Amino acid sequence: MPELTYAEALRQALREEMLRDPRVILMGEEIGVFEGVYKVTRGLLQEFGPERVRDTPISEAAIAGAAVGAALAGLKPVAEIMYMDFVTICLDQIATNAAKMRFMSGGKLKVPFVLRTQYSLGRMHGAQHSQFYPSIFFQVPGLKVVLPSTPYDAKGLLKASIREDNPVVFVESGALYRTKGQVPEEEYVLPLGQCDIKRKGNDLTIVAVSRVVGEALVAAAQLEEQGVSAEVIDPRTIQPLDKSTIVESVKKTGRLIIASDDVKSGGIGSEIAAIVVEEAFDSLDAPILRVASADTPIPFSPPLEQAYMPNAQKIMAAAKRLIG
Amino acid sequence: MHVVGHSGEDRTRTARSVNVEEYAKHGLSKDRLLQMLRKMIQIRRFEERVERLFLQEGALIGPSHLYLGQEAVAAGAMSALNDGDLIISTYRGHGHAIARGVPMNPLMAELFGKATGTCRGLGGSMHVSIFPEKGILYASAIVGSGVPIAAGVGLALQQAGKRQVAMTFFGDGATNTGAFHEGMNLATVWRLPVVFVCENNLYAMSTRSDKAIATESVADRAEAYRMRAMVADGNDVVAVFLSAKEAIENARKGEGPTLLECITYKLKGHGVYDKAEYRPKEEVEEWRKRDPIDTFEAKLLKTKLAAQADIDQIEKEVATSVEESVAFAKSSPVLPFEELTNLVYAR
Repeated sequence: MPELTYAEALRQALREEMLRDPRVILMGEEIGVFEGVYKVTRGLLQEFGPERVRDTPISEAAIAGAAVGAALAGLKPVAEIMYMDFVTICLDQIATNAAKMRFMSGGKLKVPFVLRTQYSLGRMHGAQHSQFYPSIFFQVPGLKVVLPSTPYDAKGLLKASIREDNPVVFVESGALYRTKGQVPEEEYVLPLGQCDIKRKGNDLTIVAVSRVVGEALVAAAQLEEQGVSAEVIDPRTIQPLDKSTIVESVKKTGRLIIASDDVKSGGIGSEIAAIVVEEAFDSLDAPILRVASADTPIPFSPPLEQAYMPNAQKIMAAAKRLIG
Repeated sequence: MHVVGHSGEDRTRTARSVNVEEYAKHGLSKDRLLQMLRKMIQIRRFEERVERLFLQEGALIGPSHLYLGQEAVAAGAMSALNDGDLIISTYRGHGHAIARGVPMNPLMAELFGKATGTCRGLGGSMHVSIFPEKGILYASAIVGSGVPIAAGVGLALQQAGKRQVAMTFFGDGATNTGAFHEGMNLATVWRLPVVFVCENNLYAMSTRSDKAIATESVADRAEAYRMRAMVADGNDVVAVFLSAKEAIENARKGEGPTLLECITYKLKGHGVYDKAEYRPKEEVEEWRKRDPIDTFEAKLLKTKLAAQADIDQIEKEVATSVEESVAFAKSSPVLPFEELTNLVYAR
């Protein structure tokens, strides 16, 4: 199986879906001539032309709004918002228009568009270019929220997202763009709303998201050496969230850590912890622990940023608290 | 009709109308004129009934933004569109829907929150005009947010290459939002086939547009984007129709978007409960004399383009439809709560 980077896998997904469906167009800042600030869209302008690969002004509300309108009128736009921090500029279009359109219209409207974005935590981008907050979308029924952690998942989930008839927020990790992984040559599409068990285990469940999945796997390997068998689950999408895979795992292990790059309060970990308490309280042998970013804005200083965010060591420390 | 050039050299803002004697010259048949009159009367009587249902009968609740007084804008602009053209409406959308030919029964049922409504009772008054069957793709209750969406609709139509156009409506207040400016800019740089219809009713709730808009007029804003701008008397259905027609034709020919400012006035306040006491009485009286329906009827009668009997006939038919819609709405069921979770996502 060929090895691809996360960015290359995303590019393959975009290209394949553009070849497959002429309604798929790309729009966003610097995606054409500049080929994307992280080169995800490299070569696509050349191959598909400026009508299908559209450089936009720095105009997030127009990018998202026009993507919504184009989706309503029959296209399948993949809009790119350069950093997740900038998603707040167009949140009205995503959360208040797109997400609610189908419902408010009594099920008449379809809004098939993908909003691709990325977060750069861990890359010294400071407070306004690093934030990861997909959990705000827990409050927005009507969206799907996808968080790929590997090149394989990135490709299969992006293809699925483009084929969706619903608005999808697709959050990439900037720190992962150059990481490599095996990606099959033959076509595949991954389902949205299905956890992937990245590693099987019996003593402890670690639910990890996006960039932190890799950290959790490092921690799990180290725990194995210490005789602790950790199961690592990647939800891959938090909306819809495959609750049953997580709940079943906790019923087996009795212990749960949730590790993700978002700020700890009100984050992904908070929601998953609540679900597990509701649905598997009797199976818990220990408190649920969250390993997340600190409750502050993101510091620029590289050592401070490293201290701020989750990593394998912090997951290990949490595991030791649970296992004793 | 008044066209502002790109250079902005002509800054007069007099809203002009075509003299009634020249209607025939502009291809306005008696049928067409009566059709526009009918749309306006439909809106007027529907809205008057809605107001009574709110204020006198207590049968309706929630926010509702009446179109009374602005009928000529929707009736004129929509009459200039073709079947395949697409529309983005707003929370003040009852008039848009009626002018586009959405039947009154599902409109009234939506206001009552019933399963037979245009949005199965899930949208309410502010989204009642969503009716893709007639090309109204969306109605947003977020001021200004429909503008970039309309640009996106225009993009899809441009890509499809079928010479269809997108039209969107919004008030003067919307032109102060960032979404408006971003949408206008994008529409121009991509030369999208969109007609932006500003229903300038001079007030954003109680805030007068001259205290909120930095430019002399809304149309002035188009110059910043080198977009074609037109100003029409929004109480003159023919002026709106002819202006919209020209803007639509330009868009169809691939000449890009137009901002069409229609200057009009609400007969009532911002929402159905707003008595609009912040407006000077003399101003309200002045605009009442320019009632879009009364003035149009007077013109048609004077020139014998219509007889009183024609108007009476329309009134009679409309009154029946309105009453039917109330009965239909009242007797319709509410969607079962269990259905809601099935309507969040397309499957």
